[in-house]
Amino acid sequence: MRKRQRSEAAIVGIGELKPVRYTEGATTLSLIAESVRLAAIDAGISKDEIDGLLVGPQVGETPQHVPATVSEYLGLSPRMSNVVDLGGATGAGMLWRAQAYIDAGMCETVVCVLANINEKGKTPRSPNRNPIREFDVPFGASGANTSYALLKKRHMEEYGSTQEQFALIAHWARKNAQLNPDAVFYRQPASVEDVLNSPLIVDPLHLFEIVMPVGGGTAVIVSSKKEIINRHKHSPVYILGAGEKVTHRAVSQAPSLEKAPLSFAIPHALEQAGLHVEDMNLLSLYDCYTSVVAQTIENARLCEPGQFGEWMKHHSFGFDGDYPLNTHGGQLGFGQADLAGGMSHIIEAVRQLRHEANSRQIKDAKYALVTGNGATLSEAAALVLGGEA
Amino acid sequence: MNLIEKLRHLDVPGPTITSVTKPFWEGVASGEFLIQKCGECDKNVFYPRTHCPHCWSNRLEWTPASGKARLKTYSVVHHPGHPGWQDVAPYPLGIIELEEGPSMLTQLLVDSPEDLKMGDALHVKFVEVNEIWRPFFERDSSRD
Ligand SMILES: [Zn+2]
Repeated sequence: MRKRQRSEAAIVGIGELKPVRYTEGATTLSLIAESVRLAAIDAGISKDEIDGLLVGPQVGETPQHVPATVSEYLGLSPRMSNVVDLGGATGAGMLWRAQAYIDAGMCETVVCVLANINEKGKTPRSPNRNPIREFDVPFGASGANTSYALLKKRHMEEYGSTQEQFALIAHWARKNAQLNPDAVFYRQPASVEDVLNSPLIVDPLHLFEIVMPVGGGTAVIVSSKKEIINRHKHSPVYILGAGEKVTHRAVSQAPSLEKAPLSFAIPHALEQAGLHVEDMNLLSLYDCYTSVVAQTIENARLCEPGQFGEWMKHHSFGFDGDYPLNTHGGQLGFGQADLAGGMSHIIEAVRQLRHEANSRQIKDAKYALVTGNGATLSEAAALVLGGEA
Repeated sequence: MNLIEKLRHLDVPGPTITSVTKPFWEGVASGEFLIQKCGECDKNVFYPRTHCPHCWSNRLEWTPASGKARLKTYSVVHHPGHPGWQDVAPYPLGIIELEEGPSMLTQLLVDSPEDLKMGDALHVKFVEVNEIWRPFFERDSSRD
C-alpha cells in the first residue's frame, strides 16, 4: 500500500445540532443550513470562502440534484460538489474525499454536511426497486434491525458470545452519554440488566442495543488555506489515514458473515497513518447496534475474532479509562440523526483532539480512530485523525 | 386460522419483479425453484441477474435447484419493519445456503425457532402471501 501523502488540508470547523426526538417546523434543508452556519462560525470563515460541497442522499426530500439544491438554498457556488452515498460510512467517506479533492487542486475549503428531520409518524419509505427490495423485503425483512439481528446471532453461534457481553456495550454508551448534555439519553443511564430487560425487537437484539432515530445535523469544514488554518481559534485536526471498502448491499448477499469490510478499512487507515491501534487515544466507533461495536473491536484487532466480550471485561471505556470509546455517548447514547449520526463520531474526535471536550476530555488526546458503517456491514470507512497536541 | 391461512391474507409488499427476474417468480408460482448457472464458469447464481458476478459472463441459464439448503443464521422478528407482518409476529427469518452454493434470505416455517441451529437442514416450501407465491423454507427432517 502507498503511504498517504502528507496533505495541507485540516479540519477547521465543526457544527452539530442538538438532536431532538422529533423535529417540528424544520426541513432537512433548514437543518443542513443551520449545521453549515455553525461550522462556518466555528471555523471563523464567511460563506464566500467555501468553494467545495459534499452532501448526502436525502430519501424523503431531495433524492436527486442534492448539491445543486443545497447550493441554491445556501447561496453557495462551489467549484467542486458531490454526493457521498455510503450510509453510516458517509461522514468518514466525505472527510478523506474532501482532502483528496483539495489535494487534486479542485478547491480549497470544503464543507461536508449531513442532516435529517424526524417527524412523528412520518418515516419516508425507500423507493427502492432493486434486488434487496425484490429478494429480502417480500420475506418480512424490512429495515436494518432484521439484518443486524442475523449478524449478531451468527456471532453468538460462531463464537459463543453472550447477551451480557453485547449489553455491556450499550451500558457504556449510556454511561458516557451522562457527560454529554446534548445526548438524547442524557440523565438516562442503563445498566446491563436494563439493556437485557428492554424489549426484544428482533431477537437477539434488544431495544436498548438499537440507536434511537432523532432529528439533527452535522457539518465539518476541511481547508488547506494557510490563512484560514492560522486564523482559526481552535487547533487544527489532520486526516492522517483513511480506508474504505464496500462488499455488498443485502446481508443475504454478504461474501462473509464474519469478515466485515471494516476488517479491511481499519488496517488500511492505520497503515496510511503509520500508527498502531494501540496508539489511539480515542476509539470513535460507529455504533448503530451493539454488535457492530463488538465486530469493529475485533476488526481493529484489539482482540482475536470472537473475543470482544472477554477483552472488554479487562478494560474501561470512559474518557478516563484505558480505552476511551465513544465519549460523546456514541449514537446509542447520543441518538442517530440518519446519516448525520455517523458524522457525530468525527465531531467528537475533533473535540477531543482540540482538547475542547470539557468534562469528558481525554488527557493528552492526540490520535483518534473513527469508523463508519453503512447498510448491513456492507459499506465501511475508517479514519485516523491527529491533533497538534 | 392456521399460519398458512394467516400468511395468505397478510397485506404486505410483494417482490418488485423485473423482466430479468420474471422466470424465477413464475417458477415459484408453478411450484418450481429456479436458479441460474453460468455458461462460462459453471458457478450457480442467486438472485437472478443478467451477468455472472464471478466471471461477468452474460450467459446465465435457468436451472432447477434441489430446494435443499442449510441454515447460516437466523433471527426472530418481534416488531416487523413493515406493519403488515404484525399478524404473524414473532416470525423467524434465516439466511440460508442453497445446496448449489448461493445464499438467500427467507422466512422459516418452524414451530420452535429457539431450537434452530446453524447448519440445520431445510427444504423449500412455497407459500402464497398476498396473492404472490414465495419460496419459504421448512425443516427437512430426512437430512439431519
Ligand atoms: Zn461465471
